[in-house]
Amino acid sequence: MTNHIDLGSVLRQTLSANLYSNLVTRPTGRAVRGQIEVMLQSSRRSLTVIDFSHVSMIDFSCADEVIAKLLMQDTPGRESYFVFRGMTDDHWDAIETVLERHGLALVVERESGVELMGVLDADEQRAFQAIKRRGRAHCIELAQDLGEPESDVRVRVERMWTRRLIMRLGDAYMPVGEIA
Amino acid sequence: MTTVINVPPSLDEHSFEQVLEQVAPLPPDARMLLDARHTKWASPYGLSALLTLGQTRSEARATLAVPEADDTVSYWSRAKFFYYADELFDLKGIVPRRSAHADSQVLLELTPISKHEDVHDVVGRIQEKAQQIIAHELGIDTKAIVGFSMTLSEVCQNIIEHAGQGGWVMVQTYNWTRRLGRRVVVIAVCDAGLGFRRSLETSGHQIPGDRWDDAAALEAAVIRGVSRFRDPGRGQGLAGVRKYVGRWGGKLSVRSGTARIAIVPDWDDDVPLQERLPAFPGAQIEVTIPERIAR
Repeated sequence: MTNHIDLGSVLRQTLSANLYSNLVTRPTGRAVRGQIEVMLQSSRRSLTVIDFSHVSMIDFSCADEVIAKLLMQDTPGRESYFVFRGMTDDHWDAIETVLERHGLALVVERESGVELMGVLDADEQRAFQAIKRRGRAHCIELAQDLGEPESDVRVRVERMWTRRLIMRLGDAYMPVGEIA
Repeated sequence: MTTVINVPPSLDEHSFEQVLEQVAPLPPDARMLLDARHTKWASPYGLSALLTLGQTRSEARATLAVPEADDTVSYWSRAKFFYYADELFDLKGIVPRRSAHADSQVLLELTPISKHEDVHDVVGRIQEKAQQIIAHELGIDTKAIVGFSMTLSEVCQNIIEHAGQGGWVMVQTYNWTRRLGRRVVVIAVCDAGLGFRRSLETSGHQIPGDRWDDAAALEAAVIRGVSRFRDPGRGQGLAGVRKYVGRWGGKLSVRSGTARIAIVPDWDDDVPLQERLPAFPGAQIEVTIPERIAR
């Protein structure tokens, strides 16, 4: 199941006065996250595009409530993937701070395709680029591409999948969003 | 008997301590006359702290003798000081009706903050003006504008999250010719609520036997990002403010209770930590962002 969430619209529905396009304050963040979570409840496996295009700014508190807490959700039996769209440098300052605080990373949609941002090591970034190049890759293929033992690569990509930074379909791994 | 409290001619975060030194020994129900007749200038911190002081004197409403200088009283009026002071003090002297013309240097006149909607309102109102001031007048990268709004949002939320009662915010630009030779934009946020030490104590952050006072509480909150909430995501607001201030060569100072902590840039000679100041409830925060020299 794929959802598209325009944060600007959700924000205006959340606040009693629909004048603002700023994601500020914790209660606002909690309310916005609550609306997103309602959409996710109905499916065991979902891909949600969270669109910042109509959000002027986000502060640290709201970034923590909306983004960090969504990414940290760990509901047994549920696979929730997120792609963040329309994110600019103006949003990134606050988001980067909360990602660093919690050791998180996320999937961002760029013109060139999806990219990973946040707390990641160089090996994870290399693995992700290798998966992106192939579109869909098995561990043995990634091990060949990266020139590393398959067991090491498997541990790494499983960890990335657990963090919902890549998708897994059977034995294959692919960038989040590729099967949307 | 009424005690006369002399308000200094220039009222800012440092000289306001002179007011507190006179007020701190008085019991809460003492009659008090704040004599600001000879005050010529007040910073956003000075004005918002003065309102906060009025808030603390609910047992015996204080009298405030307003400045005599026309331009001073006119400026205080444009900053909406008298609009709020009228509810807190018995005003003595000539208080002008509020000018229809807003002061172009006042980015945000004194504004009460007591609920989250107020923060939305403040951030929304300031964005357009911030663009003009920060990018065009202070020559700071446009990237700083969003950070400025974030900073404003976080310091205002500090009131709602921790004060337990409302406070005030004010934002202004002015020229620090003598002190810095540059223009600056200043955010002042003051409340007379719980303060950092009592707020952190509600979650048991103090360690028995260790040093625990207002200074320790400020160090914990401002430097280490400790929050009274158990949620590990809490405490990022002031940490984010500190990061922003550091990036743009600014200054952050936070006073609470009997202590004051400051993140001091190289252009300022303030002390990083002051203790044993006159007791004053709540928290008073000032953020100063200077003009960029190299454009």
